Amino acid sequence: MDPLILSRWQFAITTIYHFFLVPLTLGLSILVAIFESRYVATRDETYKAMAKFWGKVFLINFAAGVVTGIVQEFHFGMNWSGYARFMGDIFGAPLALDSLLGFYLESVFLGLWIFGWEKLSRGLHLAAIWLVAIGALISAFWILTANSFMQNPVGYAIENGRAVMTDFWALASNPNLPYQFLHVLSAGISTAGFIVLGFSAWHLWKKKEAALALFQKSFKWAAIYALIGVVSVGLIGDAHGKFLARHQPMKISATEAIWETESPADLVLFAGIDEENQENGFQISLPKMLSFMLYNNFKGEVKGLTSLQAEAEVQYGPGDYIPPVTITFWAFRIMVGVGLLMVLLALLAVLKPKIKFLNKNRLLLWLLIPAMAMPYLASTSGWILTEEARQPWIVYGLQKVQDAVSPNLTTGDVLFSLVLFTVLLGTLIAITGWLMYKAGTAEPKSDQAAE
Amino acid sequence: MDLNTVWFILVAILFTGFFFLEGFDYGVGMLMPFLGKEDVERRSIINSIGPVWDGNEVWMITAGAALFASFPHVYATLFSAFYLALILMVVALILRGVGFEFRSKRAGKSWRTLWDWAIFTGSLLPAFLWGVTVANLLRGFAIQQDMNYYGGLIPLLNPYALLGGLVFVALFILHGANFLVLKAPEGIALRARKVALTGWIVATVLTVAFVVWTFLATDILTKSGLNGLIPAVLAALTLLLTGWLVRIGRSGWAFITGALTIVFATIMVFAGLYPRILISTLSPDWSLTIANASSSHYTLKVMTIVAAIFLPIVMAYQAWTYWVFRKRVGTGPEKLVY
Repeated sequence: MDPLILSRWQFAITTIYHFFLVPLTLGLSILVAIFESRYVATRDETYKAMAKFWGKVFLINFAAGVVTGIVQEFHFGMNWSGYARFMGDIFGAPLALDSLLGFYLESVFLGLWIFGWEKLSRGLHLAAIWLVAIGALISAFWILTANSFMQNPVGYAIENGRAVMTDFWALASNPNLPYQFLHVLSAGISTAGFIVLGFSAWHLWKKKEAALALFQKSFKWAAIYALIGVVSVGLIGDAHGKFLARHQPMKISATEAIWETESPADLVLFAGIDEENQENGFQISLPKMLSFMLYNNFKGEVKGLTSLQAEAEVQYGPGDYIPPVTITFWAFRIMVGVGLLMVLLALLAVLKPKIKFLNKNRLLLWLLIPAMAMPYLASTSGWILTEEARQPWIVYGLQKVQDAVSPNLTTGDVLFSLVLFTVLLGTLIAITGWLMYKAGTAEPKSDQAAE
Repeated sequence: MDLNTVWFILVAILFTGFFFLEGFDYGVGMLMPFLGKEDVERRSIINSIGPVWDGNEVWMITAGAALFASFPHVYATLFSAFYLALILMVVALILRGVGFEFRSKRAGKSWRTLWDWAIFTGSLLPAFLWGVTVANLLRGFAIQQDMNYYGGLIPLLNPYALLGGLVFVALFILHGANFLVLKAPEGIALRARKVALTGWIVATVLTVAFVVWTFLATDILTKSGLNGLIPAVLAALTLLLTGWLVRIGRSGWAFITGALTIVFATIMVFAGLYPRILISTLSPDWSLTIANASSSHYTLKVMTIVAAIFLPIVMAYQAWTYWVFRKRVGTGPEKLVY
């Protein structure tokens, strides 16, 4: 195995690990800030207890998120020095902005928040958690600015074989960016909603705590929060798809397994994909639906992968420009399928107090506990989709992954680090999950309980 | 002043901030299992850096990202050259980072001991490896014409570099001990002072040996124009002063002069390198300099504006957190967060 393949595995695995943690950080920091805001506004101690209780879950997740993020930053120089040289002029800037504008804010004020309950006034302490949430948002914004460039390059020129920035504002107002940013943010909101729902459901199901009020309130808030999150994630995702149909047609055609140009195009629900012969062995499809989803009418043409391949060869020279279709096709279907289930569950959770059957029946509570896994499944699939469907490019149309890898790495080097990271970070994620389970199912401490 | 030089200075400032702030964090982490006799003591030691260590670590992350943004070739060459060393450093930082958070989450003795040693290793290894890295920067390494280094890890672990690693460890232990004298509960502070007294002797011997070796084996202190000689002398003087201040019990001043030693030593490194950033031992033409390794003028301009606005803001709010948590950590377990 050569260092390129191993480096790709390493980056994929560590990114997925990192992205296991990031959405919850984004969503839960905001939710904890909302709870504390309610406490400051109403002086209702239950909200303070909620901020503290969910704050614990948040902190465990945050710590693991930070350290897996360091791995990501170092990777660009360690394994992808070809990329760093070619793209550094553009890519380094958002990364530095991420640290300078986002990460400092997040880290410094998180320290103040954790240690400042007694030392800061209520208002300042509340400001600290909001600044943590804002820092996390700023961080996500700049990282996705960098990623959006890789999907849809803007504001650059090629000089002496390197990409150089010509327009910073174009970079920061990349038309791909609002979709990606809001999609990730609402995924974060959904994740936090489902985690708080799940643990609250666990407590309500057990029914033996002194602090039932805390979890009833948490359940209500989290249900609405989760519903807002999953509905937005779907709407934004749909709009993003329409955008990509114009800007990254290869991505759409791979995701939908459209091999030959169709006008109008059918929506393939399920298919047996044969990448070798570039066809679907069997497929179940809805007539004209794909055209409708992409263009809001039943007429539009969707180019097939084979003709996009031919176009790409004319533009970029010989090569294989079709991304791995099977992975992207199924990643998309898992993401959407799980997402739709989440909409249903969040809706039921919101309606629970209003509908007698739901309120009396404990089935919903029971369902919401395993449902905590769903946002993770969906966002991991989403991340795999967006990165796989860009292949063979690392920067769409500008640099291929094979040209980005560091030339001086040996197989032994990367094999060592790949195994080490996979095992160590895997263990770390498992411990994080276990600690979150312990924190989420613990009885609130007496000073946290709503008395 | 051209923007390339501005960014060379900004990167130097970020690394100075990193070594100054993480210096005592690493020192505290290394001393924790030895100065803390029992769990409550270890907790109070961790709590002394609890509110600030994460913000301190962002200095390293920002220094790295700023290097990437301003001198992408340096980032590419350095990080791929030190691949295995950096893998170990990242692993260490991971263990340390989650250690602070995870340790307090369960009460079991073996659980806590596990994270004690994770924090210790996670503080020792990065300190040592940064020392090794900096020493290799001073002496240069075999960078080829294509800006890449193909030599692997072993040549980077030469005796000079290993001594550099030890110097970093010793200086950070001294720095961390000085910090604990000020911040830890009285009993631990007394023990920390003893460590500072002996640690100072070790740090001084190692540092003097390293500076002499640097004088003989590199041009860092002797090259014409800007060089590292004056900052090296100032680093030595402040280090001597630190020893004296520890001895007479002026612990606040000792912390400041110890910090200045680290600051001057970092300035020595960057002043001695300028205008080179990574020295090639194969040919002076293959060294990476502020001219041939930098980003475009436009990118540097954008980043200069951003840094000029936000770096002072960051420093201000971070300084404020130190003010909020200026008091000595108490001994009562109920007061401890971690």
